Amino acid sequence: MLRLEPRSTQSFAAAWLSPVMALVLTAITGGVIFLAMGKDPSTALYIYFVEPLTTTSGLSEVAVKAGPLILIGIGLSFGFRAGVWNIGAEGQYIAGAIAGGGLAVYFHDSESTLLLPAMLVLGTLGGMTWAAVPALLKTRFNANEILVSLMLVYVAELLLVHLVQGPWRNPQGWGFPGTRMFPDVAIMPLLFAGKRAHLGTLITLAIPFIAWFILARTRFGFTVRVFGSAPLAARHAGVHSHRMIWRSLLIGGGFAGLAGVIEATGTIGQLMPDISPGYGFTAIIVAFLGRLHPAGVLLAGIAIAVTYIGGEGAQISAGLPKAVTGLFQGIILFYLLAFDLFTRYRIIVSSRTTE
Amino acid sequence: MTEQGLLSLTGVCKSFPGCIANDNIDLDVAAGEIHALLGENGAGKSTLVKIIYGVLRPDQGNIRWQGKVTRIENPAQARSLGIGMVFQHFSLFEAMTTLENIALALPPEDPEALRARLEETASAYGLALQPDRHVYDLSMGERQRIEIVRCLLQNPQLLILDEPTSVLTPQETEILFETLRTLSQESRAILYISHKLEEVRALCDRATILRGGRRVDDCLPAQETTRSLAEKMIGKKIQQVSRQSPIDSGSSMLLAVSDLNVRSDLAHGVDLTDIRLEVRAGEVLGIAGIAGNGQIELMGALSGETGSPLAGSIRILGTDAIGLNPTARRSLGAVFVPEERIGHAAVADMTLVDNSYLTGDTRMKFSRRGLIDWPAVTRYTQNVVQDFDVRTTGVDALASSLSGGNLQKFIVGREILQEPSLLVVSQPTWGVDAGAAAAIHEEIQRLVSAGAAVLMISQDLDEIFLLSHRIAVISQGTLSAAMPIDEITPEDIGLLMGIRHEVQPEADHVTA
Repeated sequence: MLRLEPRSTQSFAAAWLSPVMALVLTAITGGVIFLAMGKDPSTALYIYFVEPLTTTSGLSEVAVKAGPLILIGIGLSFGFRAGVWNIGAEGQYIAGAIAGGGLAVYFHDSESTLLLPAMLVLGTLGGMTWAAVPALLKTRFNANEILVSLMLVYVAELLLVHLVQGPWRNPQGWGFPGTRMFPDVAIMPLLFAGKRAHLGTLITLAIPFIAWFILARTRFGFTVRVFGSAPLAARHAGVHSHRMIWRSLLIGGGFAGLAGVIEATGTIGQLMPDISPGYGFTAIIVAFLGRLHPAGVLLAGIAIAVTYIGGEGAQISAGLPKAVTGLFQGIILFYLLAFDLFTRYRIIVSSRTTE
Repeated sequence: MTEQGLLSLTGVCKSFPGCIANDNIDLDVAAGEIHALLGENGAGKSTLVKIIYGVLRPDQGNIRWQGKVTRIENPAQARSLGIGMVFQHFSLFEAMTTLENIALALPPEDPEALRARLEETASAYGLALQPDRHVYDLSMGERQRIEIVRCLLQNPQLLILDEPTSVLTPQETEILFETLRTLSQESRAILYISHKLEEVRALCDRATILRGGRRVDDCLPAQETTRSLAEKMIGKKIQQVSRQSPIDSGSSMLLAVSDLNVRSDLAHGVDLTDIRLEVRAGEVLGIAGIAGNGQIELMGALSGETGSPLAGSIRILGTDAIGLNPTARRSLGAVFVPEERIGHAAVADMTLVDNSYLTGDTRMKFSRRGLIDWPAVTRYTQNVVQDFDVRTTGVDALASSLSGGNLQKFIVGREILQEPSLLVVSQPTWGVDAGAAAAIHEEIQRLVSAGAAVLMISQDLDEIFLLSHRIAVISQGTLSAAMPIDEITPEDIGLLMGIRHEVQPEADHVTA
């Protein structure tokens, strides 16, 4: 019979193999689902997982999608490591887009090159402000940060809808919800002509290296690691728990806000009701898929971005529904959590104990 | 012993992943015998009794009960055979009364009949119990009596006790021993697990000594000295630690606490009331007391880990430390070793290097402008491992991979190598084997002779008497006046453990 037994030491191989296995099993499960839908599994899987990586425009699209996921995922991984559960990155992303984008709405005829950097700063501050609410309520009243941050997502969404339909609506927009297009100085320069990858993409791809440095080499990064796994030991080391809650929420919110304003200034060029395809929520999957490690988050962000782009390709060329993308992300998380068991336990095949 | 063997184990083996807990163990317990099972932590005592009580099943070997080969499948079967066990950690519901807790463990019966049986059994064995009091109100000794009576009501032939005196005052211990002797006269057998050698010598007829999962010796404790028993347990000679000479009363005051009042932030914590103490350079102040009388709160208040006290002052090397966090108190010259090794003093899933950095950053200046100098931390960790004889595969080993004794040596070493002026340490050798304990005691003494002050909170009276110059007793969040070591006996301490201490008026506080 099979038995689970706790491992005496954590297996490094198992920790890194489990996301890989999760991806492989997701592909197999996906194949079965495609088969059940009457599609050829190998073609569908090819469109999904391989095709996005075969063309330069595909790669550019993957980078564009992966950018915000990685940026938000990195920010969240600080909090998740410290045991601070910020589930509201989606709201902080939107708040960042509003705060940064609002500047471009008010200065829509500006030609100053300072506008874009100012928007990035303001966007980061916007995300931080949104995350400050759960931090304040948590440290003051011990309110659950999961609920507070999550509910603020809906507040941010409704605020955005109100702004783009009301005070900030484009006067020449024929009544469509959305602001004016941002002035040219508020648009991220493209990296390659004809591709959508832009300067912001480059920024987001550099963030994991900075995050790695902070976690591995700074006192702050060290205390984040201690705080999550042994709060009493952190207190023993002189870490102030309220300060840690504030910092991890502000980092998560700041990165999400930055991602929001980069998305608005990079690929969209205006504010509109659906500026996010759920990046803030998907980034939670990305953070855990990447084991809360900067390098892992980088890889996980790319992997999830591939499923987005592959999903679009599958809709166009294989006639698969959009919902399949969400389905895939769900299956990945499911397998990941299942395989997590094996990083802490191992399977023992044995006959029953006999005398 | 003419009695027929009651319980007989032959060739019992049990292994867990990564270790062999019991290796071919033989054990014989006769009716009416008080039999000690001695060994260091990790020697396999707990595993063995769990096998006898049916919690674990052996991989190999036989168990004979009253002469017949028996398979003990679970604790319920063990109880029906006549085997009772009192665990080290009690399984009582605090919100229920004594009677309710006992009724829960027994087959259903009329409460009044049970009450009568309970009172009869309790008085027959001198176990004072009040059936209608709630458990949360009771002392550890009283709680243990409930567990024992609960076992006795099932009329066991063999009673297993796991470290029963670790939570008792000397007086409560004496009562327990009387009860156990009465039971033995009724030809019930007792299997007594302990590492307190003095007790084993006083109480037990025979002893089986385990080391590293093997049975190494059988002996008659009355014919041994505590030292010879300890050497059998650890398998090597023990160095004797010698008491220090009394200190000069003119040396400087390194820790002064006065009228400290703290509200506990723990769920079942103890508030501290009017704590007053002083520790001078070159002195060890020992604070004795039973766990749960405010030791955790006192440690937290001194280290600065818990919030500000309601009132009072703490001066570390003359500086007012109220409101300072642990880091600031470390820069003043203090270091702290809390009671809990894993999760408080050290992080289990981090390496020894990480764990050195955890508390060493302030005094050893491991980081500059927030950037950590890991090579320096690694060198420091290597020194700790070398100087304090920490057995490990290397400085990159996880803290959780070290045995309790080695981890404690590492933690104490990590603090002492920071060359503190003041060491505040709680339960320095709790659950640590005799060899490691002796090493830790020696290091504490070396630190003191170099002129540091030590405040040592400990439940272990032997340790308190071994190292302290003065002793105070903490009870119900109050602290007795500190007495010089030659003016106080263990019995005095036992008495002080049970009472709430009134504040002694001092000259400068007398107003009328």
